[in-house]
Amino acid sequence: MLETETNKNAFLSVRGLTVEYTSDGEIIQAVNDVSFDLYKGKTFGLVGETGAGKTTIAKSIIRILPQPPARVVSGEICLDGQDLLTLEEEKMCKIRGKKISMIFQDPMTALNPIMCVGKQITEAIRKHEKLGRRQATQKAKEMLETVGISGERYHEFPHQFSGGMKQRVVIAMALACNPDLILADEPTTALDVTIQAQVLDMINDLKNKYSTSMIMITHDLGVVAEVCDYVAVVYAGRIVEMGTKEQIFTDPRHPYTVGLFCSLPDINSDTERLCAIEGLPPDPSNLPKGCAFNPRCPYVTEACSGGHEGYIPFVDLGDGHMCRCTNLEKIERGDNLEHAAVRG
Amino acid sequence: MRHKELTVETRIKKEGQLTQVMHRLRKNKLAMAGLYIILILIIVAILSPFIAPYDYTKMDMSLKYAKPSLKHIFGCDDLGRDIFSRLMYGSRASLSLGIIATLVSTFIGIIIGSVAGYYGGKIDNVIMRLLDVIQAIPGMLLSIAISAALGSGFINTIIALAIGGVPMTVRLLRGSIMTIRNQEYIEAAEKINATKLRIISRHILPNSIAPLIVSVTMGIGNTILMAASLSYIGLGIQPPTPEWGAMLSAGKPVIEKYPHLCIFPGLCIMVVVLAFNMLGDGLRDALDPKLKN
Amino acid sequence: MSTPLLEVKNLKKFFDTPRGKLHAVDGVSFKIEKGQTLGVVGESGCGKSTLGRTIIHLLESTEGQIIFNGEDITHINKKKRHYINENMQIVFQDPCSSLNPRRTVEETVQEPLLISKRLKSKASLQAETERLMDLVGVDRRLRLAYPHELDGGRRQRVGIARALSLSPQFIVCDEPVSALDVSIQAQVLNLLQDLQKTQGLTYMFVTHDLSVVRHISDNICVMYLGQLVETSPSKELFVSPLHPYTKALLSAIPSTDIYAKRERITLKGEITSPIDPKPGCRFAARCPYVCDKCNEPQRLEELLPNHFVSCCRAREINDL
Repeated sequence: MLETETNKNAFLSVRGLTVEYTSDGEIIQAVNDVSFDLYKGKTFGLVGETGAGKTTIAKSIIRILPQPPARVVSGEICLDGQDLLTLEEEKMCKIRGKKISMIFQDPMTALNPIMCVGKQITEAIRKHEKLGRRQATQKAKEMLETVGISGERYHEFPHQFSGGMKQRVVIAMALACNPDLILADEPTTALDVTIQAQVLDMINDLKNKYSTSMIMITHDLGVVAEVCDYVAVVYAGRIVEMGTKEQIFTDPRHPYTVGLFCSLPDINSDTERLCAIEGLPPDPSNLPKGCAFNPRCPYVTEACSGGHEGYIPFVDLGDGHMCRCTNLEKIERGDNLEHAAVRG
Repeated sequence: MRHKELTVETRIKKEGQLTQVMHRLRKNKLAMAGLYIILILIIVAILSPFIAPYDYTKMDMSLKYAKPSLKHIFGCDDLGRDIFSRLMYGSRASLSLGIIATLVSTFIGIIIGSVAGYYGGKIDNVIMRLLDVIQAIPGMLLSIAISAALGSGFINTIIALAIGGVPMTVRLLRGSIMTIRNQEYIEAAEKINATKLRIISRHILPNSIAPLIVSVTMGIGNTILMAASLSYIGLGIQPPTPEWGAMLSAGKPVIEKYPHLCIFPGLCIMVVVLAFNMLGDGLRDALDPKLKN
Repeated sequence: MSTPLLEVKNLKKFFDTPRGKLHAVDGVSFKIEKGQTLGVVGESGCGKSTLGRTIIHLLESTEGQIIFNGEDITHINKKKRHYINENMQIVFQDPCSSLNPRRTVEETVQEPLLISKRLKSKASLQAETERLMDLVGVDRRLRLAYPHELDGGRRQRVGIARALSLSPQFIVCDEPVSALDVSIQAQVLNLLQDLQKTQGLTYMFVTHDLSVVRHISDNICVMYLGQLVETSPSKELFVSPLHPYTKALLSAIPSTDIYAKRERITLKGEITSPIDPKPGCRFAARCPYVCDKCNEPQRLEELLPNHFVSCCRAREINDL
């Protein structure tokens, strides 16, 4: 069971993070009581659909949420024993880029189109490290080589690179100051499969080389399988299931997680028909009581509305495998996948 | 952002697009102020023969350059005519010139712009180069030249003012049409045998007209200013018909001694241009269908 | 075997660009049988969308032949175009830009019917619209909704309803599920499969997602820079890919099976330019098996029954 206090042993420890957006006078719960630990050198995957709040979690960690409309209502984010949420902006500036850096989904918007790529990396280095111009340039070239781009392309502009190459540049920039934590927000979604494979391989290599911790945000379960050690499945702003990659992939317990796996066409076997999750993700300004998945859940019971507290607590399934579901006895271990298949 | 199911469910009858736009416009105080000023001015213009305190031609040399007083709240001009009454009458010429000339130029602009934007290629090239020629001449100079060539008078002034406005409309519309032409729903419309006229009128124009409406609203203010300038230099509307620009011009020689001759027509022009700009700004926000109600 | 519904022979589509001729589609040939689905896979820029659009005459072909229902439709007049548009439709990728933001669901679905003048009375038009909306699973109460009020999955359903309204025989699905979330994607894929069964539709399914294409297609064409490199029945392609590019493509898919250790073939470099390409295999620059013969033009060869490959070393690599 997750303690309510931050875990001192973990490198990054998030507790009870709740973020709201205000839009047209309505309050939208983007992130609701999210807690997790990330250990040094490990990769933590946040999986979920569009609008589930994955990006908001990452942005709150690096503190680049636009406030307002967003507002961190409560929670603690502890990096290496330092609470990031109460830190002054000035100190946070030093942490951003140096200790934490972020890779965005669209490399096009993350690069300045009128500045050569090398210069952009050099600037990132010089901002955080006391290096001379020449040394910084040298380091920028090394970084480009690290991500598989020839140092001779230092003086080229972003438009001269293809999509995959641009994403490499962005990664080089994120790695430039040897950050301890990388937040990767759908880093390969905009790329083709063969290029995605190259970038994922590269990310894995670099992770092993520098033993950087990473939070990988994605909607692609395949990508999670490739790079993550721990996985959290996010639905409507809440973590509904969390555990090691092996636990989640071989023994998914939450009906939503099971549904996600069943919705995927399997590349290795034949399925006549996919068992889609019925219905739509809920309206974030008007979330269902209790488990937000209950209107779409095949196992729904009265207990799913959460009673007085209005939310479903985590159930510990052993070895850190957590699941927010009241019907776990009903969904027999190992039986769930087959059950879902029959339903379809 | 996720959709709102509720709005759809509760909407049983189809709301016209205009109602929706008005609903959003009503929330914008500045735009509504602009709209009210314009409406009041139009009413004044229409009713001026009945509500003006004096006849705009009535001269009284004893009141030459009279200062504002209770009897003549804006004072009198060089021929002893009541400025307040003349401004009320003058709003007819100024407003109708501004509105009609802008509408004419917009109408021509929409036709040319749709053709240029939708067909592209050579047709577009020829049209755009011709417009470049027109745009190379400063707008004011062009209006003066046309006005001088055609002679003064209401219709001629409208032509002189309208031609200068066409290139801007065409460019604006052409630009937005070109982005919309590449949208997939235009391809879809082609695939269901829609005629070119239908594609342009139902699919392209409704989606590209929003920036145009804004520019038209703001353009009216600008055209009123141009009409005033034409009258100011003696072209355009001719005396004794009152027109704000002409009145301004008449007051110019004595501006130091009798500033009220210039101040009030000038204020009128300013207020009306401001009102149209405020309305235009508000319309731009109100016309975006993606903004919530 | 009966005559195929659609046959494409040596189809080419070139675009003029300031830097030269862009070979978007370069000599593609295939057949689709009635009621079947042909999947076309490839990475962005390989010309798969252009291929689909050229076949249904949204773009005019540069060279080659398109035969639909035994009739040559490569060059068409206005009357023929109406016939083609009623029989060949398209479902687009982006549910945002494929619907006119200022028209309601009803107007969008109804428009093809209105233009075709098939239904005279208002009541029958209304009834048909409702039937179409039921067919694709869009609630009738959303009749008056505007596209921005709908979610991606529903928008895509409206797009499908529009394509179905003229009851076509053939539909090009241009990445219809790429912009959707996984759970919604499965719903739309199921819908497309159901419609194929009930309406007897023939699909050409263009996508970059290999697991989707395996799921939905009977046959698959793999495209690389405007050319077909391999075409085969879909099950076979995944079991025994023959072309080096297909092999690399299949091995690049991140699998959700965390214990399956697969040999990954990581390709060097990136896709080359489709502008004025050299003759010979276009994949040669990235191919691990490149040799001198690759500079000569390649031909599609039937190495296994119904399994065509365009690679001079395919036999050798696969021990055939």
